[in-house]
Amino acid sequence: MLKGDDMETAQATEPAVRLDRVEPAIADRSDPAAVAAVQVPPVFQVTGLSVTYGSHLALADVTMDIRSKAVTAFIGPSGCGKSTFIRCFNRLNDLIPSARVTGQVLYHEDDLYSPTVDPVEVRKLIGMVFQKPNPFPKSIYDNVAFGPRVLRRKDELDGRVEMALRRAALWDEVKDRLKTNALSLSGGQQQRLCIARCLAVEPDVILMDEPASALDPISTSAIEDLMHELKTDYTIVVVTHNMQQAARVAEMTAFFSVDVGEDGQRTGVLVEYDETQTIFTTPADPRTEGYVTGRFG
Amino acid sequence: MTSTSALGSRRALTQDRVINWLFLSFLALSLLVGFLLLGALLVDVFRKGVGELSWSFLTNPPSSLPSRAGARPAILGTIYMMILLVVLTVPLGVGTAIYLEEYANKNRWYNRWLEINIQNLAGVPSIVYGILGLAFLVRGLGLGRVLLAGALILTLLVLPTVIVAAREALRAVPDSIRQGAFALGASQWQVVSRQVLPAAIPGIATGAILALARAIGETAPLLMVGALAFIAFNPTILGDFTALPIQIFQWISRPQEEFRHKAAAAIIVLLALLLVMNAFAVWIRNRYERRW
Ligand SMILES: Nc1ncnc2c1ncn2[C@@H]1O[C@H](COP(=O)(O)OP(=O)(O)O)[C@@H](O)[C@H]1O
Ligand SMILES: [Mg+2]
Repeated sequence: MLKGDDMETAQATEPAVRLDRVEPAIADRSDPAAVAAVQVPPVFQVTGLSVTYGSHLALADVTMDIRSKAVTAFIGPSGCGKSTFIRCFNRLNDLIPSARVTGQVLYHEDDLYSPTVDPVEVRKLIGMVFQKPNPFPKSIYDNVAFGPRVLRRKDELDGRVEMALRRAALWDEVKDRLKTNALSLSGGQQQRLCIARCLAVEPDVILMDEPASALDPISTSAIEDLMHELKTDYTIVVVTHNMQQAARVAEMTAFFSVDVGEDGQRTGVLVEYDETQTIFTTPADPRTEGYVTGRFG
Repeated sequence: MTSTSALGSRRALTQDRVINWLFLSFLALSLLVGFLLLGALLVDVFRKGVGELSWSFLTNPPSSLPSRAGARPAILGTIYMMILLVVLTVPLGVGTAIYLEEYANKNRWYNRWLEINIQNLAGVPSIVYGILGLAFLVRGLGLGRVLLAGALILTLLVLPTVIVAAREALRAVPDSIRQGAFALGASQWQVVSRQVLPAAIPGIATGAILALARAIGETAPLLMVGALAFIAFNPTILGDFTALPIQIFQWISRPQEEFRHKAAAAIIVLLALLLVMNAFAVWIRNRYERRW
């Protein structure tokens, strides 16, 4: 694992160089799954997924697989259902009384929406980082320790907290003030704290809903570096409105758009899903091409 | 063209200033009225009452002789009442608020019905609660004219206010905190008990104490459930009782001037007890805010 000061230099270098630096991290982890990432079956298999809020069909008939130990990006105009979709993976839509999810989401072959599955258990395996940093109004330490405490993994708590903060490249900045209020951190630090908080639960997947859109460019690039770091061990799904960001961080990209029905109802649809390279250079659908080129001018 | 518009804006400026000045004067006036009224009340009470305050006033039971009359049973009655009120209203009120804010599905008719009823109950006059207490607790349940009956009636009286205050405090906790905690695999109970409730405690404490302070000064419902003015012994929870507002009411309605002074002294004691309660609320608020 990289130390914090290595991270600082890594931020300034090109992605290719940075990937070289990640090599020892894989070797460190005697985790064969991380090394054989590319061959493993998909983490999620989504089939015919639709979401309605009351009578509003917000997202219709999405079918896609999410690749393991890679970054998958969702792009598309605002209101096309990206957040709605990403919240289906950790069943956070269950918290919205009017939301109905139909269709199938398989997580490693288990049906996420089977009546025997407890959404609380799902969220222990599938972490989430939100658009606006949302640290708890408690100390930095208590923020990171919340997950382990909730899961009753209180052995080695200090070690778990340090580990998570190191992985989130925040340890060196906060190690001397773990007891201070998390709200005293800068926005970028708060967001990395939220990532650390998520890592402390030791999830399998990390969902990120526009994790950098409320941050300044330097903090944004720190978060992007972090995604590069983390994808060796975690499956990452990220929503972004910034297409350069998708191009920089993601292996796979899904483009969503809005269909307006004859009754004026706006429904999100998956237009195209492919290797990021393909989406940005030779998209198959004219709508994808319009969106991708339109933004770059 | 330029000069006219400059003049126009200058006139608007003067007008703004006048409005500003008028508004400030109005604020100062309202503040003055409040202060003068409160000040006059306090000065009057203290002028009459301070001379009566003594150890024997605090420890003697009431008596028909003004020189021997004290407020011990009334003070103890009010203190017991305060403790019972906190013990009864805070768990019930906060529990109801948590149910309504965190658990209840607002699309269900019975939850909306509950909400409307609680809001309406907050507006029911206290004497009506007294009648309810007399009919239902004292006679119906056969509790008798005891301190517990008085405390239960005051509980019913302030519960709606406590619930409303606690709900406000819970609602002030941003939803992003709940989402963040849920996303880490916390159960509903863990989200509420470890994040939402601690964040809401300062607000709950303030609201609850203000409501309780009002209840402690209530006279009418206690008269209805039979608080007595002449109690020579220490009150017990299941026995005859009195309380400071009742004692004050009794003393004031007596013809002798000395008893009026006793009443003023009892008012000072009541004010002191309320101050202690408020200090407690401030302490809770600071304690929890420092933890953040
Ligand atoms: N909690 C909700 N209740 C009702 N409608 C919602 C809710 N959240 C999102 N929507 C609707 O679903 C559609 C998709 O929203 P969202 O998933 O937030 O899009 P995006 O993240 O792509 O901007 C929008 O039309 C929005 O109004
Ligand atoms: Mg969104």
